[in-house]
Amino acid sequence: MAVWNREVECASVEVRQELQLARLQETLERVYARVPFYREKLDRAGVNPDAVTSLKDIAKLPLTTKDELRQTYPYGLLACDRADLVEIHTSSGTTGTPVVGAYTEADIDMWGEVMARTLTMAGCVRGDTVQNGYGYGLFTGGLGVHYGARRIGANLIPISSGNTRRQLMIMRDFGTTLLTCTPSYSLFLAEAAIEEGIDFRTLPLKAGCFGAEPWSENMRVEIESKLNISAHDIYGLTELIGPGVASECECKNGQHFNEDYFYPEIIDPETGAVLPDGEKGELIITSLKREGTPLLRYRTRDITYLMREPCPCGRTTVRIHRLLGRTDDMMIIRGVNCFPSQIENVLMRIEGTQPHYQIVIDRGASHLDEIEIQVEVEEAVFSDVTRAMEQLRKRIHDELKSELGISAHIKLVEPRSIPRSEGKAKRIIDKRSI
Amino acid sequence: MIIKQISIFMENATGRLADVTALLAKAGINLRAISIADTTDFGILRMVADRPDAAVQILKDAGFTARETDVIGVEVPDHPGELARIMALFRDEGIGIEYLYASLEHKADNAVIVIKVDDIAAGMAMLEKHGFATIQSF
Repeated sequence: MAVWNREVECASVEVRQELQLARLQETLERVYARVPFYREKLDRAGVNPDAVTSLKDIAKLPLTTKDELRQTYPYGLLACDRADLVEIHTSSGTTGTPVVGAYTEADIDMWGEVMARTLTMAGCVRGDTVQNGYGYGLFTGGLGVHYGARRIGANLIPISSGNTRRQLMIMRDFGTTLLTCTPSYSLFLAEAAIEEGIDFRTLPLKAGCFGAEPWSENMRVEIESKLNISAHDIYGLTELIGPGVASECECKNGQHFNEDYFYPEIIDPETGAVLPDGEKGELIITSLKREGTPLLRYRTRDITYLMREPCPCGRTTVRIHRLLGRTDDMMIIRGVNCFPSQIENVLMRIEGTQPHYQIVIDRGASHLDEIEIQVEVEEAVFSDVTRAMEQLRKRIHDELKSELGISAHIKLVEPRSIPRSEGKAKRIIDKRSI
Repeated sequence: MIIKQISIFMENATGRLADVTALLAKAGINLRAISIADTTDFGILRMVADRPDAAVQILKDAGFTARETDVIGVEVPDHPGELARIMALFRDEGIGIEYLYASLEHKADNAVIVIKVDDIAAGMAMLEKHGFATIQSF
């Protein structure tokens, strides 16, 4: 299969490392000169940008956390003139203040490059028809794919997310060959196609790039068989650029990291120590060429490991294993990030005491994430009147929906029915087998 | 007189009624009226027992969410039309009925009905005004 940028993606390790070091040094100089937040941080850590003379020295730099990104909202991390910005994206902000990605013309150009590499890995070439089912807007998925498909010169259909019947109609009528959307939505489309009398085996669709939510190998098997395509996992974060950080080639053995733009490390999340290749830990990423909002050693909270064994596709870039979990307890439900603490706050507000609850996440018959929250009924909220109990349930549902943007099934259960281990209840049961 | 009903929150799960009744049986508590309201996920068991305070304590100790609820026990002559007459009185006075159920109790020729209303004082006064006997205890 084709490689979008053979010179870079298949470069020797020495050539790549030389480029990475030069770009790291440029990034350090840039943020030290232009971003007071980083200058103070580096000064506190006693690191002068000149002290970084090899890639190994990156371990001297302080880590950056998501909380720090929130504290600097909206423009605190800007490393360019406001006049040089051409685009702004933010996270949904469902888990607090949104995090911001700001792009200069060069950043957008780079985004197009890494997304062209991503789509090429899934077999996309000029002449393909790309149906982009990621949402357009502040969410990075839509425009990220858009720029990549434009770069390749594919025929892009910016249909955005939702409207399933229209998705299927467009797919059939325009002869879509490549689909981009969340993995769960692809299965939702497959189910809906049966109802619409559309047989995927008769469509020219050949591949899909799926991301923005966790999925499993089992799900890949299901998607590939139901849609009759090759399904590729893609990885990215709004903070770094959006999609385009790493993605799977045809070998589907880890996601190739776009190392010339994003430098990955794995650390022990407890001690912060850098771990050797192959060891599981938290993924840390440093942007090497971002102008708008560069990031130094950003803690992604994603758990994975680095794979440096040669890949048969010919690319020499390091790969990350499919994500193995999170270091925090963040859940991604239908693409929305949320934490158990948010659910706890809502329940506490309603029940007035420390609530006992359990979150069960599953993919139901619809293949979309479904969330059930089991709440133990304490005496304070118990009523002998059924209507009052139904109102309680509705109130929990409605307040959670306004807090998280997710419609959860609320199940009222008896006290002590949620199993506790060492006195603490297991909060999340994720049955999605990710 | 206000009667103390025992209300218990129960999941819709096989065997839960057996658990509750076994607990009460072990303590020698005699049930005089019982009713269950069920929804998809849960049910509310309502009953009147001879020793309500003890019954609630036993259930709480066993981990149930249980509480005492004030209800009216009213004697209703055991022939056609009497319940209809009482219901019409509640309607005319604008007193809302949350739920009601029959008990095992009989006073002379009268059946005893357990009624939960939104305004219990008004309900009691209204019944007495129209000559219905509310019972003191089971």
